[in-house]
Amino acid sequence: MSDTQWPLFEVFHQKARGEHHVHVGSVHAPDAEMALVLAKEQYARRMACVNLWVVRADHIHASDYADSDMFAHATDKSYREAFGYKVGDKVKKKKKEATK
Amino acid sequence: MYGSTTFTDIKQSPIAGEDPEKLAEFEAHIARGEKIEPPDWMPAEYRRQLIRMIEQHAHSEIMGALPEGKWIPHAPGFGRKLALVAKVQDEVGHAQLLYRAAETLGKSREQMIDDLLSGKSKYSNVFNYPTPSWADTAVIAWLIDAGAIINQNTNAEGSYGPYCRALKRICYEESFHLKYGYDSVITLASGTKAQRAMLQDALNRWWRPIMHFHGPPDKMSAHTEILMRWKVKIRSNDEMRQEFLDTYVPKIWELGLTVPDPNLKKNPATGEWEFSDPDWGEFKRVINGDGPCNAERLGIRRLAHEEGAWVRAALAADRQATPIVQ
Repeated sequence: MSDTQWPLFEVFHQKARGEHHVHVGSVHAPDAEMALVLAKEQYARRMACVNLWVVRADHIHASDYADSDMFAHATDKSYREAFGYKVGDKVKKKKKEATK
Repeated sequence: MYGSTTFTDIKQSPIAGEDPEKLAEFEAHIARGEKIEPPDWMPAEYRRQLIRMIEQHAHSEIMGALPEGKWIPHAPGFGRKLALVAKVQDEVGHAQLLYRAAETLGKSREQMIDDLLSGKSKYSNVFNYPTPSWADTAVIAWLIDAGAIINQNTNAEGSYGPYCRALKRICYEESFHLKYGYDSVITLASGTKAQRAMLQDALNRWWRPIMHFHGPPDKMSAHTEILMRWKVKIRSNDEMRQEFLDTYVPKIWELGLTVPDPNLKKNPATGEWEFSDPDWGEFKRVINGDGPCNAERLGIRRLAHEEGAWVRAALAADRQATPIVQ
């Protein structure tokens, strides 16, 4: 069944200035201006909100969940994370050796 | 990676010619602790200072990859090589985030890159010094990035939304650089006599640039009260340098290393670190283009830009071919 409704707009909500906009849902609307009004009613009635973005859903290019391989790591990549380095233990060991 | 790079120069009043009503609204906004976003009204001097600051930060990230990237082929072991590749990739990525944040203020990326290549824009002084040994990369990753994190955590408290958001992500990645650098330093410090000597040499070489890192002393820097009020500047250079010394001097000593400054000590009465004057004349000379590696670094950057021209052209070209596999 084809979608006979108005175009779909995805809604992004900003809790406070300086925060990232976060996707919260979507609305159908005849145009962007109306989408903002509806988004405000739907998504900004209770949560703190300082700004809304609406983006036509068909303007969003998304990756395919079926292509999740694109995010997979072939190998262990802990070497590029802070938690991959146990410096505390090494310093303790070094201090212990120094006091021997 | 980033440090304060210039002596601030403000010749006229930063609010000359601004609409007092709009200015009052803008200042009230910042005083409430709220961020400024790109469509908001802002004073011309606010915009100018932020572009200068974010642009220099972006250039520093991209130029900082050069002295370290040089060591990728010579890394001692595969693990270190992988980590250094990841770190250099991060730094270049940080530049992209920051150029984008600066663009929101109205200066194009092309203009920023042109200004870097022509020598008009500055970047952090420290990247104009050579890295003759592997230990230099360890000291950079540990102590320069430690200084950068202090600076970036401070700037993340600033008033401009896009810059703060970029810094949040950058600080997350810098925490890996710091740990990786610390780990490399500990390995060398726990190693053979030759490794320890190499590390101490590197630390001796880098100490003065590190003392330069947060910029000239407050008494020499002409920063105005209003830049602090607008949260363009958040903490003074001296405050950040003191925080660096507080945190890292004990860690350096703990590893059995010495700091090449006989006057370095914490004054028990004031709680402040005292240290030798790191020669601010030298700082000024290097930032203005006359450091040991300024020409070499910019030369490599220019070459990379020219040799990358075909990539930019290919990305911008109309796509005519259809994929073979549908």
